[in-house]
Amino acid sequence: MTRVADVDEALHARQAAPAQYVAGGTTLIDLMRQDVERPERVIAINRLALRTIDAAAGGGLVLGALATNSEVAHHPRVRSEYRVLSEAILSGATTQIRNMATTAGNLLQRTRCIYFRDPHAACNKREPGSGCPAITGFNRNLAVLGTSDHCIATNPSDQNVALTALEATIEVRSAAGSRTIPIDKFYLLPADTPQRETSLQPGELIVAVTLPPMSGWRSHYLKLRDRQSYEFALASAAVAVQLDGSTIAGVRIALGGVGTIPWRAPAAEAALRGKTASRDAFREAAEIALRDARPQSDNGFKIELAKRCLTQALLEVTA
Amino acid sequence: MSVGTPIDRIEGRLKVTGAADYASDRILDGMLYGVPVGSTIAAGRVLRVDATDALAVPGVVAVYDHTNIGTLHSHGSSSLKTGIVDEHRAPLSGDDVQYYGQYVALVVAQTLEAATEGAAFVHVTYAPGAVHNAPITTDEGERKVGSHRGNPDKAFAASAITVDQTYRTPVETHNPIELHATVAAWEGDSVTLYETSQAVVNHQRVLAQMLGVSLDKVRVFTHYLGSGFGGKLWPWAQSPLAAAAARRLGQPVKIVVTREQMFMNVGHRPQTVQRVRISADADGRLTSLQHDSTNHTNMLDDYDENCSEATTYFYSVPNLRVTSGLAKRNVGSPTSMRGPGAVPGLFATESALDELAVALNMDPLALRLRNVPQRDEGLDIPFTSCHVGECYELGAKKFGWQQRTAAVGSMQRDGMILGWGMAGCSWIADRLDCEVRVELNPDSARVFCATQDIGTGTYTMLAQIASDALGIPVGHISVSIGDSSLPPGPMSGGSMATASVIPPTIAACKDALHKRKSASAEETVVGYGRSDGTFGGEPKKSSHSFGAHFIEVTWQPEIARLRVRRVVTVIDGGRIINPKTARNQIEGAIVFGVGMALFEETRYDPRTAAPLNRNFADYVVASNADHPSMDVTFLDYPDYDLNPLGARGVGEIGLAGIAAAITSAVHHATGVRVRDLPVSIEDLLAP
Repeated sequence: MTRVADVDEALHARQAAPAQYVAGGTTLIDLMRQDVERPERVIAINRLALRTIDAAAGGGLVLGALATNSEVAHHPRVRSEYRVLSEAILSGATTQIRNMATTAGNLLQRTRCIYFRDPHAACNKREPGSGCPAITGFNRNLAVLGTSDHCIATNPSDQNVALTALEATIEVRSAAGSRTIPIDKFYLLPADTPQRETSLQPGELIVAVTLPPMSGWRSHYLKLRDRQSYEFALASAAVAVQLDGSTIAGVRIALGGVGTIPWRAPAAEAALRGKTASRDAFREAAEIALRDARPQSDNGFKIELAKRCLTQALLEVTA
Repeated sequence: MSVGTPIDRIEGRLKVTGAADYASDRILDGMLYGVPVGSTIAAGRVLRVDATDALAVPGVVAVYDHTNIGTLHSHGSSSLKTGIVDEHRAPLSGDDVQYYGQYVALVVAQTLEAATEGAAFVHVTYAPGAVHNAPITTDEGERKVGSHRGNPDKAFAASAITVDQTYRTPVETHNPIELHATVAAWEGDSVTLYETSQAVVNHQRVLAQMLGVSLDKVRVFTHYLGSGFGGKLWPWAQSPLAAAAARRLGQPVKIVVTREQMFMNVGHRPQTVQRVRISADADGRLTSLQHDSTNHTNMLDDYDENCSEATTYFYSVPNLRVTSGLAKRNVGSPTSMRGPGAVPGLFATESALDELAVALNMDPLALRLRNVPQRDEGLDIPFTSCHVGECYELGAKKFGWQQRTAAVGSMQRDGMILGWGMAGCSWIADRLDCEVRVELNPDSARVFCATQDIGTGTYTMLAQIASDALGIPVGHISVSIGDSSLPPGPMSGGSMATASVIPPTIAACKDALHKRKSASAEETVVGYGRSDGTFGGEPKKSSHSFGAHFIEVTWQPEIARLRVRRVVTVIDGGRIINPKTARNQIEGAIVFGVGMALFEETRYDPRTAAPLNRNFADYVVASNADHPSMDVTFLDYPDYDLNPLGARGVGEIGLAGIAAAITSAVHHATGVRVRDLPVSIEDLLAP
């Protein structure tokens, strides 16, 4: 393990030899213990000065890559202007985990697919070409949207669903320079390369996540699961709306727990724009959002659950 | 009087300060760490264990498999006298694999890290065999008739009002916070075992046989337990493995089972399938009851869940038959889990009664009250003390049951649909053999017994009993338990420990007081007491605990969210020695029941028979946020036939009946009758 002091050192260390960055360790260390992740080297980036949360030019907010989930969720501006993000983060994991987990680490959280996490099982994501036992096995918790014949693993994050609805952008650095990746270009569908999860290139380091200004918007996160706390979503909805009286002037919808990636629902948004807020309109949008869903043997219920979740989230945010 | 008062646990400070020495805390000079390697097939043979790479890991000192572990003896038939174990076969005693995760090798190293790394480098070659893991059925296995009276077939056929349904409970895995652990240390030909055991005397008996040494060469310590829920009643493979490795290496060896291994190697509640046929006359008097159950067991052992434990005596019914059968599958051995038999059994029979109440258009409480037994009709003997009718009536009153409207979904609050359900419960009350020694000083005393405290309050309860018997304040009584070399005492199981220790403790105190009269004032005198058990005998009276649960769930169909909000429980558990620790048991059992009803199920891969959700993220238990509000009442009627204080144990009774009461409430709220636990969101989403 290498410990680095600043971004340049981190990039150099990564250039020198293949390695994985580690910050809070709440995903990577877990998976190393399970023998699922086997990095030859890890570069600890905890000391990098990327922990602050600052106002962005133009009114948004910049979350340092190392700002912890707790720090983000409890930040006054996040609580007031980006409520969906605060609610999403606080609905996940536990206080202890949120105190360690970081913004960028959460962006790269790995799936909870049981077969991915069992090194003795086949898994196209872990060992490309080995097969997907989840499709023919136990798949209750897995995805119904964005799946392929090679992988149906769910993106487990709550934060990333909220960031998707907020149209966040991801700031990365590499030896070649800086670039900004819109979140809807960040996650890759599994297709026939489920081992590739993001558009992050080797050697790139996430340094910040930028939230655009959201004045005039209300937002909300609703998460459904078996028990009341400490469980990944079976279905969740991150919604943001701009209301003009009772007319929906603007709307953004992302779904969690049902997609192989945090799932933006543009067709449902288009169907709602200009409509009057009502349960019927919301249910219709939910039908549209899930119309391409593909159930597996154990998870068909998620389609109806996600529809109810989205309908209720829209009702609550417009109430 | 200390008995009957809610004093704090006498060992509480040690626990909250971290000073209590649990088995896995033990660190001995020169101690090595063992990490077992589990099979990655569920059936077949081990062809080769290649330890070359593991032995090359710095710090690894040995790798054992079936070819080099030395002789470990498999255990013969289980009995209280010879020792009980559920997985009879000694670990690494053959090349055959009977379940996924079965230990096929043991890596021993100077550090846990080295042993863990070494285990990843043990390469095992298998010849896989056919995996038996099909769902079990009610007519499977050799059918054993457990109890029979009257002519249930004829009565059922003659009844206009009947219920004939099949209920299923899944595999549930014991998940005490404390992992199973063994530290084994030999001195000459004697071995000391620091164990996570709910029965140190039994553990000594079994390990002496497995290790091929005499009983006096084995000493077992369990000073404190981070609970066990039955999973730690009998020894599991890590114990003889640690002892065998320690013997071979001449150094102490510690093995701590991982959370994943808890799902494979140390028992579970087996899946059950239970057909219940029940009939009644138009007034709701039961005319017949048939209960046919099957549980799975592993390929080599015969674990019998005994689902009809309570069926035979809990209802007044003239015609009854219960049968059971075992289904062999490629799984690790099942074992007792909190309320074995009665807990899954009462889910089935109490659910059937709820369905019968619907068929009769009768209040489920009224149906229970109409069929309260006046005597044990299974054994045709009187009860020692049975107040189940009062449990129903008091519980109903405290809950406000008379406000219930019967129609599905007819009750609402705060925009949520309410479901109200109820069920009865029962559990055995018996004693086991027990001996106690009391050392009496001028103003203090010490109680000695080879029982142990699973976490329920045995230390405290023993101090309270001795305090009253000796006339010495509780603070001046110390308690030594959890050591097999002490006078033999009962297991912490079957809710029998409390009832068992009372007679000999009082006798030993009396003996000491008697000896005090002929001793000098400064002298320490020693009193002895012993009593024979009642368990497994032929009783003249039937002694059981009883109770009733009333449940409120809320149902939000718009988001398919079901939550248990409120529980009222009334327990007829004899005299309560310590209301604080007793309430703690019932409340814990209620939460356990919420998990059983709504969340818990160990899932196995249909192809490999590997338990899949073998961690705390995927095996869902009730979290703190899932705790309902709980109102627990003890009737506190002493059962003097059982012991001089009239006390019964209350560790298990609280779990019995909860799942049926919850599914009754779920039906009342949603109209969905769930007969296959746990209740899941998919059950409740209308198609």
